[in-house]
Amino acid sequence: MKIRTFVRHIREGVKSVFRNGWMTVASISAMSVSLLILGLFMMLAINVNQFAQHLESQVEIRVFLKVNTAEEDVSRMEFDLESMPAVKNVTFVSKQQALSYLRTVFKDDQSFLDGLEGENNPLNESFTVEVKEPRDVSTVAKAIENWDQQEPKPIIERLRWGQGTVEELFRWTEIIRNVGLVFVGLLGLTSMFLIANTIKLTIIARRREISIMKLVGATNSFIRWPFFIEGIFLGVIGSMIPASALIYGYYRLTQSEQFQHFLGFVQLVDWQTIAYPLGGLLLVIGLVIGAWGSIFSVRKFLKV
Amino acid sequence: MIEMHDVWKTYPDGTHALRGVNIKVHKNEFVYVVGPSGAGKSTFMKLMYREEMPTKGQIFLDNFNLGRLKQRKIPYVRRNIGVIFQDYRLLQKLTVFENVAFAMEVIEAPKKLIKKRAMEVLELVNLQDKLSNYPTQLSGGEQQRVSIARAIVNNPSVIIADEPTGNLDPETSWGIMRILEEINFRGATIVMATHNKEIVNTLRKRVIAIEKGIIVRDELRGEYGYED
Repeated sequence: MKIRTFVRHIREGVKSVFRNGWMTVASISAMSVSLLILGLFMMLAINVNQFAQHLESQVEIRVFLKVNTAEEDVSRMEFDLESMPAVKNVTFVSKQQALSYLRTVFKDDQSFLDGLEGENNPLNESFTVEVKEPRDVSTVAKAIENWDQQEPKPIIERLRWGQGTVEELFRWTEIIRNVGLVFVGLLGLTSMFLIANTIKLTIIARRREISIMKLVGATNSFIRWPFFIEGIFLGVIGSMIPASALIYGYYRLTQSEQFQHFLGFVQLVDWQTIAYPLGGLLLVIGLVIGAWGSIFSVRKFLKV
Repeated sequence: MIEMHDVWKTYPDGTHALRGVNIKVHKNEFVYVVGPSGAGKSTFMKLMYREEMPTKGQIFLDNFNLGRLKQRKIPYVRRNIGVIFQDYRLLQKLTVFENVAFAMEVIEAPKKLIKKRAMEVLELVNLQDKLSNYPTQLSGGEQQRVSIARAIVNNPSVIIADEPTGNLDPETSWGIMRILEEINFRGATIVMATHNKEIVNTLRKRVIAIEKGIIVRDELRGEYGYED
């Protein structure tokens, strides 16, 4: 193909967007509406996912040590914990820190804590262990318990990691994630079908045009190219309309104090974090369906 | 140039449009195809640029066997044929100029040449004042002339004209005939289906008469031969 022909195809494709007036409006509307709904659910899914992740990241292991554990045993334990590959972070909580923590919790009436300072402090020293994969928390906790018991002198009094609750939490976050994924997937397929179908209808209306071009001696690719370019334009416009509407709407939502108040402790994902993946994904979907839908629908009428 | 060997065409509804047609049109010939309406003239014409395929038999155009032609080679064969359609077949969304230019864009002609040549043929058919009109804004005769301009713009070696003067007043009809004779004189082969008795009887050429799908007459300097 010569360059001037390629330029011609682009020109014709763009012109076609305008020439076909109502057909263009129909395709773009179908695409905008479908992608708007799809985008809405994607935003919801992203937020639910982040919320689930947030819940999961709260999971940690508390390792309470026996009272009067020797200092060298404590540092050995800290080193051992830190050298576990599945462990992300280890924090030592001394008796004194545990007490201060209690004071902040019971800040209104902490008189009962008086007299527990220094020598009289009955609290255990402990480690807070964060794991890299929240899902591994039970395995890691059990491993810690195991190797401590194999020591000649075990120093762990007890471990706490929300036994039972944690498994339940993961079961639910998993379900929510899968449901979201399936939903977005189905919605994506439906909108693809809807959009492709609308484009097909607009092209059926132009079958006579296509057959004339063939009779004048145009090759298939000569006819296809402008349709392809047109499809890309439809895709860009039809996906950028819902994407900008969604991103702007979401931006306003994250800025609204009322809405944040309504959500309570649930934290919305930043609008910037959502804008690029969402905009990008809708654009890609729009481009692919627009271009592919056009090419695919034209194909049928090229056999003249 | 054009050969048909025992060509039959039966449409899906059972109509036998052509029943065993044999013909040979030589290079640079000018042939009228006459016959009553519904005799198979249009089918005969459509077979030559492969809008229709024969049910049986073979058609050769410029040594290409149209029945065996690969799908992707068809466009290149068609570029050598200028077709003037009875129903014009103009692209409704393009202007008069763009319709003619389209046929040249297809062969990837340079823009300057397209402009020059398209203007030339549009002047020839006397449409230089309607360049930016759309087909819907034109009369039947004007649309017919656009169709003619498009057919001749690439200097094809064969012109297939299905009733090119069917919607034109006598004066314009003679103008069209002058154009066709001119391209014929320059070397193009012309096959023209027509109902115009006056033209056939005045500009004497080879006449092929088709009736009920069969060639009933083939004369080198024939007459129209029908009363209508």
